[in-house]
Amino acid sequence: MTVGTSADAVEPGRAGLQPRAPKRLRRLTGRDKTVLTLMTGVPTSLMVVFVWVPALASILLSFTTWDGIGLDSIKWVGFQNYHQIFTIYPQFWPAVWHNVIWLVVLAAVPTPFGLFLAYQLDKRIRFSRFYQSAFFLPVAISGALIGFVWELIYNPDHGLINSLFHTNNPNGTYLDWVGHYPLNLIAVLVAASWRHTGYMMILYLAGLKSVDPGLKDAAAVDGANEWQAFRHVIFPSLRPINVVVAAVTVIESLRAFDIVYVFNKGENGTQLLSILITDNIIGEASRIGYGSAIAVILLVVSLVVIIPYLIVTFRKERRA
Amino acid sequence: MSPESPRVFQGPTVDRRVMLKGLLAAAGVAGLPTLAACSSSKSSGSGSGGGAATGTVSLGSNASDAVPKKAFQAVYDAFHTASPNISVKVNTKDHDTFQEQINNYLQATPDDVFTWFAGYRMQFFAAKGLSNQIDDVWNTIGGNFPQSVHDLSKGQDGHYYFVPIYYYPWGVFYRKSVFAQHNYTIPTTWNDFVSLCEKMKSDGLTPIAFGDSDKWPAMGTFDYLNMRTNGYQFHMDLMHGKAAWTDAKVKKAFSYWTQILPYHQDGYIGRKWQDAALTLIQKKAGMYLCGTFVAQQATNPDDLADLDFFAFPAIDPQWGQDSIEAPVDGFMLSKNPKNRAAAVKLLEFIGSTQGEAAYLNVDPSYDALINGFDTSKYNAIQKKSATLFATAQHVSQFMDRDANPAFTSTVMQPELQSYLQNPNSLDSILSSVEQQKQAIYTS
Repeated sequence: MTVGTSADAVEPGRAGLQPRAPKRLRRLTGRDKTVLTLMTGVPTSLMVVFVWVPALASILLSFTTWDGIGLDSIKWVGFQNYHQIFTIYPQFWPAVWHNVIWLVVLAAVPTPFGLFLAYQLDKRIRFSRFYQSAFFLPVAISGALIGFVWELIYNPDHGLINSLFHTNNPNGTYLDWVGHYPLNLIAVLVAASWRHTGYMMILYLAGLKSVDPGLKDAAAVDGANEWQAFRHVIFPSLRPINVVVAAVTVIESLRAFDIVYVFNKGENGTQLLSILITDNIIGEASRIGYGSAIAVILLVVSLVVIIPYLIVTFRKERRA
Repeated sequence: MSPESPRVFQGPTVDRRVMLKGLLAAAGVAGLPTLAACSSSKSSGSGSGGGAATGTVSLGSNASDAVPKKAFQAVYDAFHTASPNISVKVNTKDHDTFQEQINNYLQATPDDVFTWFAGYRMQFFAAKGLSNQIDDVWNTIGGNFPQSVHDLSKGQDGHYYFVPIYYYPWGVFYRKSVFAQHNYTIPTTWNDFVSLCEKMKSDGLTPIAFGDSDKWPAMGTFDYLNMRTNGYQFHMDLMHGKAAWTDAKVKKAFSYWTQILPYHQDGYIGRKWQDAALTLIQKKAGMYLCGTFVAQQATNPDDLADLDFFAFPAIDPQWGQDSIEAPVDGFMLSKNPKNRAAAVKLLEFIGSTQGEAAYLNVDPSYDALINGFDTSKYNAIQKKSATLFATAQHVSQFMDRDANPAFTSTVMQPELQSYLQNPNSLDSILSSVEQQKQAIYTS
């Protein structure tokens, strides 16, 4: 929705501005200029310092080996890190694969479900405020806490599930939700979906509020049933929000980290690229160059997924 | 207790690291926030030892568990009583978080004194110039310790960097009442050990309790298997990256592990060591290979009195039970301590009989390293530790203390777990370990 409105606002705005532009510039007082400089300069410099510089630094570092102690121990090694990651790092390909699984699952399950919940809540049913808060709560609390809560549920020895179903008998049925692949992957995906549903719901709810109720009434007058009205009238008008949802889902699945890290540190079938980066950079290991190379790979993957999608979408928007 | 005999490993000779014009450059570049203190650190190092020490010493601690935290506090309190002019300000961080952040912590503005571990792990930071040498402390406390502890406390440059407070051997823990009930005898050879596992299984016990969720417990099992199969020297060569993981000797050590894997408690990947210890204390499991800190889990005094342990059984008679895994914990001085004189006083106190006694009075799960320490107050486990320690010829620290930390955390932890889950793919796992080892040790 935000993307849509800003794009809409820019188009007519720019057209109207052009002839008047020089006049306006002259009207800026010194104070205006200072304010403008501050308002654009401060965020820009923050962006450069905290996003662009570290990003460029890690791209540079990815071609070195460095143990993080003293700048003189940085050694240029060319593509050695990348070569090793692709050839002899057994954690790497599983991590890539799991990131893909995350993307598919988050897009296929919690996103439609969040839309479903939002659509129901938009009907102003009773207690809808309560439901909203309940479903949104997982998004508001920290991922580390979520990981911890689900760990209590999944703990094989005294967790909620195994205690309820008596599946914690070491000599009989023993479901190792934390350690055994693919049980552990399913377990973290359930936890992640639980949170993602709330996120999607709130985004779609905001989108639905901005849909003109007249459209619905018109569809009803034309004899569309509820599904037809949703499919052909409501959903298409949610397109701006779908861009946001798609971007958020891709980003969430690529940067997934906290739940898994707290859940089982991302081992044995729950590896993720973000966790490999942490394992290599944080801690005593301090293979800064190696970890940076994984980070760069993750960056490239993110850009490859996000950029074409956004280009296509905005092109469509502009044409429409 | 006279741990004279153990030959504690000296650590690898990492010439490149020592050669690094290192010390000053590293401290200067990395320690930007504390740059101002840089120039004075070396001179104050030797000069201020004798002056009257007053003020506050800050101390970074990884003792976040309740019992050690209380015990360390008792040490600092005893120190404050002995030197009322100095107070100790303790910053305790979560145990594992402290380790994970150690690099950044030591390069930024560390506390004057910090808790750490002996072995390669200590020598690494000493060689990197991230800690301050404390030969002056050892001038005072040197006489308190046997030669093995002197060796353990030195960096590769021969200077002292470390003051130990206690050690804790790893052994196979069991409950005396369980062994008495089933007429089990202590196994000293591999065959006895395996048949004991078999008997326990038929008696409805889980033979070997196991919880590897923190990923280091499995290392303890491998260390012992390798030292018993191939001897201490080969184990150290392997840890220092000199021997190959694809060596037939390593495969042989693993083959013994594969043999006893069926007797390990299921679901270990997701289980914390504390929970594994509980199954032993609750008499559901028969044995548990762990450090003596496992006793902290026996909160009921009757359970504690019933707990005992034996040395890991011999595999190759050539080596017998000649090595012991006994990590040593202690303290180091950060590179630019704000109050070096007071910090030295604190370290001297920690390395004294009163210091170690203050700790062990509260937490009796460890043993003192001091010559002629009064062992009359020791409990049975401490006494057993002292005996095993004194009779061992070699002392290893632990895989994550003896080897390169980058190697243990990013390679061995996941690879040991994948071995545990797929013991049949050992060959491919070991060749992967070897490839990654070469990449890390040569970079």
